Amino acid sequence: MNLFSPKRCLICHGEIEAEISWRSIFLNRTKEEAVCRKCESMLLPIEGEKCTVCGRELDLSFCEGSLCLDCIRWEKDESWRGCLEKNISLYHYNDFMKEVIARFKFRGDYCLASVFAGKLRSVLKGIPGDYIVPIPLSAERLYERGFNQSEALIVGAGLKPVPLLARIHSEKQSKKTRRDRIHLPQVFRLESQEKLTGKNIVLVDDIYTTGSTLRHAARILKEAGADKVSSLTIAR
Amino acid sequence: MRFAVIGQKVVPESLLKSPSPTLPISKISSIPTPQQNLSFHFNPEIQAVLQGKQLLMDDLPFSLEEIQEHYENGWLTYRNGIEFHGKTVLCQRCGNSDSSWFASFPCARCGESCIYCRRCLIMGRVSACTPLIGWRDPDADGRTNIAILSSMKLLQWTGSLSDGQREASGRVEQAVISGQELLVWAVCGAGKTEILFKGIEQALARGQRVCIATPRTDVVLELTPRLKAVFPEIPVASLYGGSEDRHNHAPLTISTTHQLFRFYHAFDTLIVDEVDAFPFSVDETLRHAVKNARKPESTVIYLTATPSRSWQRECRLGKRAYVTIPARFHRHPLPVPELIWCGNWGKQLEREKLPDNVIRWVKIRLDAGKQALVFAPKIELMKKILTRLRKLHPDIESVYAEDPDRKEKVMKMRNKEIPLLLTTTILERGVTFPDIDVAVIGAEAEIFTESALVQIAGRAGRSASHPTGDVTFFHYGRTEEMLRAKRVIEEMNREATKRCLLD
Repeated sequence: MNLFSPKRCLICHGEIEAEISWRSIFLNRTKEEAVCRKCESMLLPIEGEKCTVCGRELDLSFCEGSLCLDCIRWEKDESWRGCLEKNISLYHYNDFMKEVIARFKFRGDYCLASVFAGKLRSVLKGIPGDYIVPIPLSAERLYERGFNQSEALIVGAGLKPVPLLARIHSEKQSKKTRRDRIHLPQVFRLESQEKLTGKNIVLVDDIYTTGSTLRHAARILKEAGADKVSSLTIAR
Repeated sequence: MRFAVIGQKVVPESLLKSPSPTLPISKISSIPTPQQNLSFHFNPEIQAVLQGKQLLMDDLPFSLEEIQEHYENGWLTYRNGIEFHGKTVLCQRCGNSDSSWFASFPCARCGESCIYCRRCLIMGRVSACTPLIGWRDPDADGRTNIAILSSMKLLQWTGSLSDGQREASGRVEQAVISGQELLVWAVCGAGKTEILFKGIEQALARGQRVCIATPRTDVVLELTPRLKAVFPEIPVASLYGGSEDRHNHAPLTISTTHQLFRFYHAFDTLIVDEVDAFPFSVDETLRHAVKNARKPESTVIYLTATPSRSWQRECRLGKRAYVTIPARFHRHPLPVPELIWCGNWGKQLEREKLPDNVIRWVKIRLDAGKQALVFAPKIELMKKILTRLRKLHPDIESVYAEDPDRKEKVMKMRNKEIPLLLTTTILERGVTFPDIDVAVIGAEAEIFTESALVQIAGRAGRSASHPTGDVTFFHYGRTEEMLRAKRVIEEMNREATKRCLLD
């Protein structure tokens, strides 16, 4: 801890007032906060009863049993059934989160990955996985942004990204409808020769929107022999 | 981006014909500028976008090949986006050198750990491998056709100036003609805009580019139609976050101070409004923006009602050229604040009480039906004051910066639907209500600097029909800032009397 320059919130750049406790005084251990309390309070964790596949908060008018209607649709389709074992999303994609992710990903504010580092790390450690795989960008998009946001999130959490996949298509996802996204031919290819037989894989991405990106990635990994593919996203 | 230095030029990695060692651009300490090839046929579209600007590769809708070709022929310049001076890092676009505003990332463009500026990130990321791209005109002035302009009558304005304004207007004109800096120190309500017209006309008639920069978007929106009306023949670009004129380099530009970051050696005459206002005074980076945006030989006019202490000193010592307008256009003196001790008001507020003299002050205004504007140092305190004051009148309102109903409440105040409006310092400048009394509760708070207090006092007695108003600073201990504010106002009144600017 630097005594002279106050620690600043990564999101609003306001000063973070250090919480002083007996623990911090005697053990010289302060909780390293990346954001101030005000910004923290605007990040809404996904809580309560969740869809057992995609991890969204269940809405009574939009679910059957413990699955949401979207996941029921996915699971009905033979070619997608069981592709994605389970998704965990950390926060609601509210207006505040939209702004944070836009700044991180589109404006390229790399250090915002640290905002999620703590939580990401602890959740990732709870998911059984042999490899943590970032969703890849096309070469063109990677040059434009300067970095891959999924990889940044994994590195930020102090873990090792394993780039098993590469992207074939380069068009922007956000310009497509759900139908377009689902019926797209394969968007990823296997980049690595690594034997995946019996492996558990965790995919990491920034947002879960329709789940099609993650399912496309999951399917290719399953086809290459992976046992289970789960995923983690910051928001949904 | 990585570049190779080849002879008297740099070449981007992707355009290299044979392998050469490359570096991220910031590691090339001085980027060579090739000699200008005057027979080169430049692309006028690139000129239109780049002239007077400093933009990023990503801002330019042209191929890298074409950009590089213009550079190699000496029509385009590359500068380092980030510079390193020993241990300090400097963002060349926004002037940021505060380490808490920098971060780094593993960059896919240069393949190294690349430092970037978070301060001006919103305008596109400037990192250590980012070149800032600018235009180079043959004689580096890019002026419009002088012969046509100087034969036209550009200024269509029939209003008249007060004596104080006339003198300032003359000085502004002189500064424009001789290319100098001038501070116009005009009291709140002096009528600053009109004194610029003649000077702007002079500049435009000489084919110069003129910019008025102001901290607030609402001022840009208010000034644009006014200037379009008085200079009907002149294209005016209006720049603020989200405006559409971004790529126009018009003879007359009205811009927020923030948008100045996109300019480089662009203006012959730069008028900086409210130099003291947030964020200019706190923001070194905006000073950098002014330095970048003006041409090396240019006029800068600073407008303010409350110059900083160091500027005031420079004026007194004759180190800074300045002119004052010590009186309002309606020829009445500025209301002088009265300083009244009100005890430990903060403690009373904890018990939902306010000092008796404050309550009395409010009651008198309510009974007389005179509107009042009351300033509080903090939002939380203001909310408590509101609870107390609403017991006196239920229609009393409060307003603060992030208040979603801010505009509505200001409008209601104008329509006299609110008897008393409580506010934080956000209403200290700009907003005018014709006939009000003004008070500050807790004037000793740090936020009430000399300039804030002068601005606050300047809210009273604005209109010609109601040229007076009471200004009261309730405090729990006089501060130097309060005394200075009072003294500055009294000095202005004295000077105005001496110069026969008061009735």
